[in-house]
Amino acid sequence: MASFDLRLQDVHNKLNSKELSVTELVEASYKRITETEPSIKSFITLNEEQARKDAAALDQELQSGDTKRGLLFGLPAGIKDNIVTEGLLTTCASQFLHNFNPIYDATVTKKLKAAQSITIGKLNMDEFAMGGSNENSSYYPTRNPWNTEYVPGGSSGGSAAAVAAGQVYFSLGSDTGGSIRQPASYCGVVGLKPTYGLVSRFGLVAFASSLDQIGPITKNVEDSAYVLQAIAGYDASDSTSAKVNIPDYISALSGDVKGMRIGVPKEYLGLGIDPKVKEAVLGALKVYENLGATWEEVSLPHTEYAIAAYYLLASSEASSNLARFDGVRYGVRADNPDNLIDMYRKSRSQGFGPEVKRRIMLGTYALSSGYYDAYYLKAQKVRTLIKQDFDNVFEKFDVIMGPTAPTTAFKIGEQVGDPLTMYLNDICTIPVSLAGVPAISVPCGMADGLPVGLQIIGKAFDETTVLRAAFAFEQSTEHHKLRPQL
Amino acid sequence: MSQATKYETVVGLEVHVELHTNSKIFCGCSTAFGAPPNTHTCPVCLGHPGVLPVLNRQAVEYAMKAAMALNCEIATESKFDRKNYFYPDSPKAYQISQYDKPIGENGWIDIEVNGETKRIGITRLHLEEDAGKLTHVDGGYASLVDLNRVGTPLVEIVSEPDIRTPEEAKAYLEKLKAIMLYCDVSDVKMEEGSLRCDANISIRPYGQEKFGTRTELKNMNSFRGVQRGLEYEQWRQAEVLDSGGTVVQETRRWDEAQGKTISMRSKEEAHDYRYFPDPDLVRLFIDDEWKARVLASIPELPDARQARYTSELGLPSYDAGVITSSKKLSDFFEESLNYTKDAKAVANWIMGDLLGYLNANSLELEDVKITGQGLGEMIGLMEKGTISSKIAKTVFKAMLESGKLPQQIVEEQGLVQISDEGAILAIVDKVVEANPQSVEDYKAGKDKAIGFLVGQVMKESRGKANPALVNKLLLDRLSR
Amino acid sequence: MSITIKDVEHVANLARLELSDEEKGKFTEQLNAILKYAEKLNELDTEQVEPTTHVLPITNVMRDDTTRESVGVEKAMLNAPDEEDGQFRVPAVLE
Repeated sequence: MASFDLRLQDVHNKLNSKELSVTELVEASYKRITETEPSIKSFITLNEEQARKDAAALDQELQSGDTKRGLLFGLPAGIKDNIVTEGLLTTCASQFLHNFNPIYDATVTKKLKAAQSITIGKLNMDEFAMGGSNENSSYYPTRNPWNTEYVPGGSSGGSAAAVAAGQVYFSLGSDTGGSIRQPASYCGVVGLKPTYGLVSRFGLVAFASSLDQIGPITKNVEDSAYVLQAIAGYDASDSTSAKVNIPDYISALSGDVKGMRIGVPKEYLGLGIDPKVKEAVLGALKVYENLGATWEEVSLPHTEYAIAAYYLLASSEASSNLARFDGVRYGVRADNPDNLIDMYRKSRSQGFGPEVKRRIMLGTYALSSGYYDAYYLKAQKVRTLIKQDFDNVFEKFDVIMGPTAPTTAFKIGEQVGDPLTMYLNDICTIPVSLAGVPAISVPCGMADGLPVGLQIIGKAFDETTVLRAAFAFEQSTEHHKLRPQL
Repeated sequence: MSQATKYETVVGLEVHVELHTNSKIFCGCSTAFGAPPNTHTCPVCLGHPGVLPVLNRQAVEYAMKAAMALNCEIATESKFDRKNYFYPDSPKAYQISQYDKPIGENGWIDIEVNGETKRIGITRLHLEEDAGKLTHVDGGYASLVDLNRVGTPLVEIVSEPDIRTPEEAKAYLEKLKAIMLYCDVSDVKMEEGSLRCDANISIRPYGQEKFGTRTELKNMNSFRGVQRGLEYEQWRQAEVLDSGGTVVQETRRWDEAQGKTISMRSKEEAHDYRYFPDPDLVRLFIDDEWKARVLASIPELPDARQARYTSELGLPSYDAGVITSSKKLSDFFEESLNYTKDAKAVANWIMGDLLGYLNANSLELEDVKITGQGLGEMIGLMEKGTISSKIAKTVFKAMLESGKLPQQIVEEQGLVQISDEGAILAIVDKVVEANPQSVEDYKAGKDKAIGFLVGQVMKESRGKANPALVNKLLLDRLSR
Repeated sequence: MSITIKDVEHVANLARLELSDEEKGKFTEQLNAILKYAEKLNELDTEQVEPTTHVLPITNVMRDDTTRESVGVEKAMLNAPDEEDGQFRVPAVLE
């Protein structure tokens, strides 16, 4: 939609000058959803009635002449369905929670309300955020707007596809091992995973608590900075939330990267990378050279261990985090159980899909008596080594760049039944998650009609540099302006 | 050989004490006891998707305080772990507890049994969250889950296997309770579940170093129940061994009504709690400054008070032990001493009349109205001769019921001692005249008769005559 | 280390999952593949390496002991699959 292609500031100007109303924005969103949803399937639940009411209330505010506006005033937003929204179904794309009506709002949900965006609906995902293709949604897979035969990536596949398809102005996703960046890359949009601890996790249905982060998915870097500005910040309800000063991300978008030192890990351009992806990334580096930045090949030597460490850690935490889905207080309960234990087993087996079960099994095994040291503890130690890799590179470099994923999107069904291959798609995003540092994926080209993402990784809490680098690239290129034909 | 001389019993106790914070350990819900089901709940303690715990500082400080009072070493670095198991009273299906870095370790307390002091080691004290409450309905086919209690902070105190008899176990619990009350970290009410006790018990032939196979006893809901449960179990294990059998390692439930322990086979499923550090909670560093601050908040503990009462106040060790066994009683004693110097007299009244009355009526100190000030002033009145010991008994009774101060009771009831020689002499004359036979008997050398005459004088004065004066005046009168 | 169907059954029991025979077979195979891949970590000597539980050096996060209003029994019960008198109703534990 044309209005969704406007810069955020222009949308607000048009709203203020009454050339545009919030209701029109919201109607545009639902119209686009009606047109495209049959082929994309990015939503699980729509919030039409409430969204229209909220839009009318904001239009009222516009009429009143009150000029104090939320940062995201009137913008149609989609929220990944693992972020809790009071009174709006939150299913995590799981049958287990198909009827779950939350009794509270996530901190980010509250922050979006305070910033006055409009919640259009809840977005499809891999069940409980486990997966990289959205094929693990227990409802239906979301499809890639660039080619509906292809996956949109995951687990925030609905969040990325909805933005790419112009269904919403922006969306929120969550990233545990690449779940914002990889679908953003596959769908040709901008996805930012903030530093662990920058955005509150309170109300994000936990997958792997030590890795999960919420972040924005947007059409461009400027929008990303705005949404981040609205959702970042210390939250007393999240003990792992960082007490840091939140800089002005928007004013950091200077476009200037002169003298910026870029490290490019050789491990990210090595074995398994699609040559066309590599070419697009090298092309992007050339752009940076032209802008006065310098780049050098560096090494993150423990990269090859990241996937194994990640799957052990994330699955272990998940096995515990998902234990609360027991059919006692909410969610699915199997009919006519013989007794309590039977109720647990049947409810959970009926409620969870295969990937979720597989990871619960792996995590339970890794934590079980006699194996803790060999698996969980070992993985935590390897995590330390991986984090040190990044610390070492960041001593000499301002940012690290490489592909977001080694390939472009793959075909639906292509990798089903082969979990290990599927896991290897995350080779470039998982180490970043383990290190807890911020990273953004921005479109940097096309390969065979599918978008390629450039990943820009920064130091902990240095989102400003990441955004500045991303913005400079975007200003010099046209990739982000490409839209899928739907 | 009897069982008692053949086998030695080895007991270790695991005691859970609820800390009396205002709010729960990981959320702001109230910990008040007795609210309607599920009214003290929120998304956090209901274990809703997406919630996160935030640690209550007061719970940590109470745990530190309790650990210090039990002579534990306090951890410099502590952390919380998840203990994973499915049960309807545990909404997250894991309990946040402490696995390998508890708040306190390597402590001890001294107990006294049969006049002997014995030191019982404390392995560890850790902080964790309480579970909810299940009520069984439909004849046991279903249960109802109330999650009000979920998240109430608990400390688990694990003893070394140093306890050798059920009496020692009871003494240990009583001491533990006293210390918790002195520290003011818990209400320690077993009937409200704020103190719960599980026991590991085994027996071995005397002289054998290796421990026997232990059983774990649950559901002992009173100190008496702990003692009886252990008495039964040590007998049962001895019977098993004597009949050539072997003790099975298992969990057994104490059935108070049947007076025996019963195997809980359904609990036999292998436990594998898959402990791991809770990623939602951060590490806890306890520096010296923090330790010092908490330490300073610990009042004088029962052992120290007992020592002071014997050395400074000259009380017999036994009396000092009884009085300091309860903080309330001990505070009452000390309050009395603000009004009289006679510690022994105060102790006697407490040990005799006060505890006698409370025990006879199954009451606690807080159930009666007498104050320490009242008792102290009453003893003062006796010292001054205002009231006799006999009147004091009446005053004491009145104080138990009304809580009024003795001076007021004496005045209202006209109980002032008669020390006026003329007034007493008049009664003496009257009694001597009315009892010629006793006077005869006395003069004939039957000394016992004097007691009867004194009694008659006291009776005539309705107990108010100064007994010493009565004695003196009566003897004068009879020797005339 | 290689896991057997028996291990899978044990783990499924701990995780309170009921698996079909087909699932058991598939999970045995897949978990073996993943764990075999994870053996890669043993190439690294981590004897002297501290484990990372938290990626940020945040410590001693605590709140004051003040009570906050509870949500009320109606909300607490809103999603209950089975309820009786403001309590969650569950089948009895197998005795």
